[in-house]
Amino acid sequence: MRSDTILEVRQLSHLYANGQGCRQIDLDLYPGEVLCLVGESGSGKSTLLDTLAGRRVPQSGSLRFRDRQGTFHDLIHGDTATRRQLARREWGHVFQNPRDGLRMNVSAGANISERLMALGQRHYGHLRAQARDWLERVEIDPARLDDLPASFSGGMQQRLQIARNLVTAPSLVFMDEPTGGLDVSVQARFLDLVRRLVHEHGLAILMVTHDLGVARLLAHRTVVMQHGRIVESGLTDQILDDPQHAYTQLLVSSIVQA
Amino acid sequence: MTVLIQARGLSKTFVLHQQDGLTLPVLHDVSLTLHSGECVALCGPSGAGKSSLLKALYANYLVQQGSLTLLHHGQMVELTRATPPQLIAIREQTLGYVSQFLRVIPRVPALDLVAEPLLPRGYTQAEARREAGEWLARLNIPERLWQLPPATFSGGEQQRVNIARGMIAPRPILLLDEPTASLDAANRQVVIQLIQEAKARGAGLIGIFHDQDTREAVADRLYDVQAVKLPEPTTED
Repeated sequence: MRSDTILEVRQLSHLYANGQGCRQIDLDLYPGEVLCLVGESGSGKSTLLDTLAGRRVPQSGSLRFRDRQGTFHDLIHGDTATRRQLARREWGHVFQNPRDGLRMNVSAGANISERLMALGQRHYGHLRAQARDWLERVEIDPARLDDLPASFSGGMQQRLQIARNLVTAPSLVFMDEPTGGLDVSVQARFLDLVRRLVHEHGLAILMVTHDLGVARLLAHRTVVMQHGRIVESGLTDQILDDPQHAYTQLLVSSIVQA
Repeated sequence: MTVLIQARGLSKTFVLHQQDGLTLPVLHDVSLTLHSGECVALCGPSGAGKSSLLKALYANYLVQQGSLTLLHHGQMVELTRATPPQLIAIREQTLGYVSQFLRVIPRVPALDLVAEPLLPRGYTQAEARREAGEWLARLNIPERLWQLPPATFSGGEQQRVNIARGMIAPRPILLLDEPTASLDAANRQVVIQLIQEAKARGAGLIGIFHDQDTREAVADRLYDVQAVKLPEPTTED
């Protein structure tokens, strides 16, 4: 593994009985980098994301992660306890549907504190102070600390997911279509927030999106998937301005210009 | 004079798979050298490939043939074989590009857009904003607009925000795609002055300047981009 990669994926496959899924994926992710996975429904991009995030077990291949201390972890053959610890401390996961990523029946503050408590923090005052701080950072009025997420708008729920994940200062955040359910006006605000947090916290982000406009504005690199395989990858502006593969050319030429 | 860019035999052909593999050659055997402290103006009729060459030099377009080396931190690096992280570092520190159009996240204020390239260089947000303000003032963007996203600005204002954003972090090499296209005479003068200052600090620039006055004011030499003369477009079988 190169000393500067945060995630190293080699020949990774996760296939379903019907033959769909992702196959023989090679990918390196670098610290502080935003990488978008694009492709149509069924291209395997969400399966790949879930497999990398440890939510699905790959049938073959290798997957290694380097934590902030520089220690490498084999995520396939390593022990489950370490993996769970990494998932809590070093990773975040933002889902398209906030209901998958938030606990809707507890307050916003409790949602943010959950990961801290899982890591052993117990002091009520400290937990509340951190939750309040993170609400502000994601541009939610701290007065909403004790409100249930169900009373939040869609955009606020997505920002609350961000706060809930970033409170433990992860180095890698997985995002599955995080802007998919948002109005365009709210989407810009979300993208701006993500971009700012990437810079301030040195986050690496692996994001699945079908929106090439989102990739253009946010991603350093873009990976294009079709039929479970990576067909093209490179700097985002190069992929969008000079696509090489027939499928990427089709995707790019299908963008509706505003 | 230090060589900043050495391009040899660059060729680029688009293959349009959606059009039955139609091939469109845009660059053929282009060789070009850029030294520090000089400005090279790309010339040639519309469609000759000036913009394509500029994009190839920025690694925005992939070339199929040729070698393209560039001085990055004291070493000549082959751009056609650089990895994405290397390219990102090269663009951040060495190779700047001022495009014709501003393409940014919609709600971000102009001031922050201009300040952004300074942040990876260790500036605090406040320092970066202060310097961004100086650039915007110099390019005659009224202060009341600084906190607004540029989406509603006029074409000329957007172009000046783009120039400030592209030039604020001093890079040794700058590529300019018609930086004065929608500017009035007074603002063209400002941009000419900025280019002269970049040259004076040793930067090398390659640009497309349709406006003859600007070209004559900044260019040390002209580089004639020849339209690719090839047989009729062919179709892959």
